[in-house]
Amino acid sequence: MSPPIIAGFVGAGLVGLGLYALIVNPEPLKKLLAFNLIGSGVFLVFGIVARRGAVGVFPFDPVPQAMVITGIVVAFAASALAVALMLRLAEESGRVTLDPDAWTKPDDGAEGP
Amino acid sequence: MTPAETTTSSGALLVLAILLPSAGILASFALGGRNAERIALGSAPLALAIALSVLAEVWRAGRPIVYAIAGLSPPLGIALRADGISAVMLVTSALIIPAAGLYARAGFATPPAERESRKAFTFWIMLQAISAALAIIFVSGDLFNLYVALELLTFAALPLACVEGRAETFAAALRYLLFALFGSIFYLLGAALLYGAFGTLDIALLAERMRPLPAVTAAAALMSAGLLAKTALFPLHLWLPPAHANAPAPASAVLSGLVVKGSFFLTLRLWFYVLPALPAVGFDAILGALGSGAVVFGSVLALMQPRLKLLIAYSTIAQIGYLFLIFPLGSGLHAWTADGWNGGLMQVLAHAFAKAAMFLAAGVLYESLGHDKIAKFSGAAKAMPMTFLTLGLGGLSLMGLPPSGGFAAKWLLLRASVASGQWVWALVLLVGGLLAAGYVYRILAPALSSDPVALKAPPRRAGEAIALSLALVAVVLGFAPESFFQLLDIGRPALATAGLP
Repeated sequence: MSPPIIAGFVGAGLVGLGLYALIVNPEPLKKLLAFNLIGSGVFLVFGIVARRGAVGVFPFDPVPQAMVITGIVVAFAASALAVALMLRLAEESGRVTLDPDAWTKPDDGAEGP
Repeated sequence: MTPAETTTSSGALLVLAILLPSAGILASFALGGRNAERIALGSAPLALAIALSVLAEVWRAGRPIVYAIAGLSPPLGIALRADGISAVMLVTSALIIPAAGLYARAGFATPPAERESRKAFTFWIMLQAISAALAIIFVSGDLFNLYVALELLTFAALPLACVEGRAETFAAALRYLLFALFGSIFYLLGAALLYGAFGTLDIALLAERMRPLPAVTAAAALMSAGLLAKTALFPLHLWLPPAHANAPAPASAVLSGLVVKGSFFLTLRLWFYVLPALPAVGFDAILGALGSGAVVFGSVLALMQPRLKLLIAYSTIAQIGYLFLIFPLGSGLHAWTADGWNGGLMQVLAHAFAKAAMFLAAGVLYESLGHDKIAKFSGAAKAMPMTFLTLGLGGLSLMGLPPSGGFAAKWLLLRASVASGQWVWALVLLVGGLLAAGYVYRILAPALSSDPVALKAPPRRAGEAIALSLALVAVVLGFAPESFFQLLDIGRPALATAGLP
């Protein structure tokens, strides 16, 4: 097996593991970590795409690398936003749960607190 | 291979359409305080003027207008392209966002005693951010550029959903964000596969180079799954009702009317512009079936909601379902595809205006009654006739009764499904209309009784008028002339290739 194929399998494995965790884990923080695992797998795939696109003097195709940088920045910003939301949620309510029933009041929550 | 695309005349308008709201965000941030509101509302007429000039230019040229950024043509550079649907969507967003902004002046003014309030500052900046992100989505011609725009849209919409700062809005926003992140990362993975296969992400070049490779099928499935999660198509809709129903009324109007259309627009771009050459492997039937599921499921749940805002949010899920009938009815090269295409786009526009109007009306209602429990609406129509007229006219469009944009949309889709012999979609359209009639009746029936009602505050006339004018646009769309549909067809790839053997 050539290195790009191995890297491809690793990327696919990371995406699969991350997706599984994103779906089955009820805790928001673990879901966020799972999202970052998927992200790592996707960025690895971009790396392979860059390697395979090598032409002439370039050992890599620079375009996918530029895309990975952008993708990492976006994923980082998204993770920071999610953590900030979790902290505010914990501050306001003392718990961090996504269970919608936890927020329904006996009178259907028509009035805010 | 066609010659490299260069900037067409008036292509610079597309840059202006993106630059204006982006400059507004920076200026609001720098000047702070009350200026954010002034800039957001002050730049709105300019944004509308730009959107209308784009529309006029596309109509005059009869083909898409293009701007190659920095003079570099794809695949080296990134192109901005506006065709008929981009222009119409730009105008739609330039009408609905200022309407929501004007409505929000009452609730999101900076208090007189303070220099700057967090709630107001966030709201006015994020409103402009939504307008910037939508502009990029509507005119971008590059799939990676579109990925970034999609993320901007999510990051702008999220603070609007939880700007009130209550615990349940944070929980709803967190769910929204997790679904959106799932969606964007799968879209990105699909984009990586497409780049690996064809060495470009420019929509026009991809369409030219498209060949049925296994990587393309995988990319199409991954990107569609991601976009469906962002559009809240059944069964990935779980995040939408709490996020949209708990947001303040003007935010709900923008989120439900426009933001979900952003990712739908991208789904259209993907299937009709990038992948039309992909041999049918049943994808369009799958999308149509999910849409039908959304129509039935969303409408039935809307029928059971005790609160008006939740009912309207579940109705959004049902109405999004209709949009996806465009995939089985508008694709390919058949006599009926024009009807399917036009009907699907008319549904995008009619729903945007009708739903924004209904959420704003629900906001007025909540302020005046102090609650939005449908069971306690008795007699409210007498006290606030204009608001219930808005809910009724918006409902007319949701049901698809004439005269309304919703009727035109459903009529065209129905015609396409009959002409193509795909009867099952016609059944969905009819059942969906009946169920919508049911939930609209549930809002109006108790309100029309003659019981006395106690108002906590008199209804805000300006807010009522804004909501009503949006509902009237949804009705007027039903009278769209033939030339309007010709405009929607400008740049539609199925037509461009129709002459080929």
